Amino acid sequence: MRICNSPIDPDKLRQLLTDDAAGGFVAFEGWVRNENEGQGVLRLEYEVYAPLAVKEGAKIIEEAMAKFPILRADCVHREGLLEIGECAVWVGVASAHRDEAFTACRYIINEIKLRLPVWKKEHYVNGDSGWVNCERCAAHAHPKRKLAG
Amino acid sequence: MNKTITVRYFAGFREHAGVGEETVSVPAATAGDVYELLKDRHGSEEPLGHCKVAINDEMVDWNTEVVDGDTVLLFPPVAGG
Repeated sequence: MRICNSPIDPDKLRQLLTDDAAGGFVAFEGWVRNENEGQGVLRLEYEVYAPLAVKEGAKIIEEAMAKFPILRADCVHREGLLEIGECAVWVGVASAHRDEAFTACRYIINEIKLRLPVWKKEHYVNGDSGWVNCERCAAHAHPKRKLAG
Repeated sequence: MNKTITVRYFAGFREHAGVGEETVSVPAATAGDVYELLKDRHGSEEPLGHCKVAINDEMVDWNTEVVDGDTVLLFPPVAGG
């Protein structure tokens, strides 16, 4: 598990997971999209608390290795300012057979999204910006969205 | 009894507080108390369950006890990936 502030190179990461016993490899790439909840997005800013993100990410990968019969797994998350189309997160899993690679890859990305201390600020076409998942900030950026609770 | 702790704010919490870190003296028994007592600082109305907390770089539950000298990290709802 790594946090990096330069572009992710999926080919290089994939090479690090090669294993003679592996018959399948699954990767997930999370990309920066140009829209969220009807708002045009220009770019994203990721804030990461790296000491804990690395620790928590490593724990998630260990959990996946223990839960599923896979051979290798890794994850890299970006921080800083990202443009549309850039890869924000990469997860790769190699295993003897494809099913467990798909399952473990999904497990890792889902847990990463739920548990990693990472925050995302969207910069909108209209000049506003807002932290994703922060209701108070989102209410400002998305005036039509109702405040929860 | 008041405890002197260092609090670190992240993302929207930091922007609201205007600082990333400060030392406070608060009558807090648990991490959850810290969050509630510092509402004016982080500005969040989010329920505790939506946010996360770490003490001295370990993720902990909101009912974890805080002691003098702890560094309490208040995390807004995460949004990685």
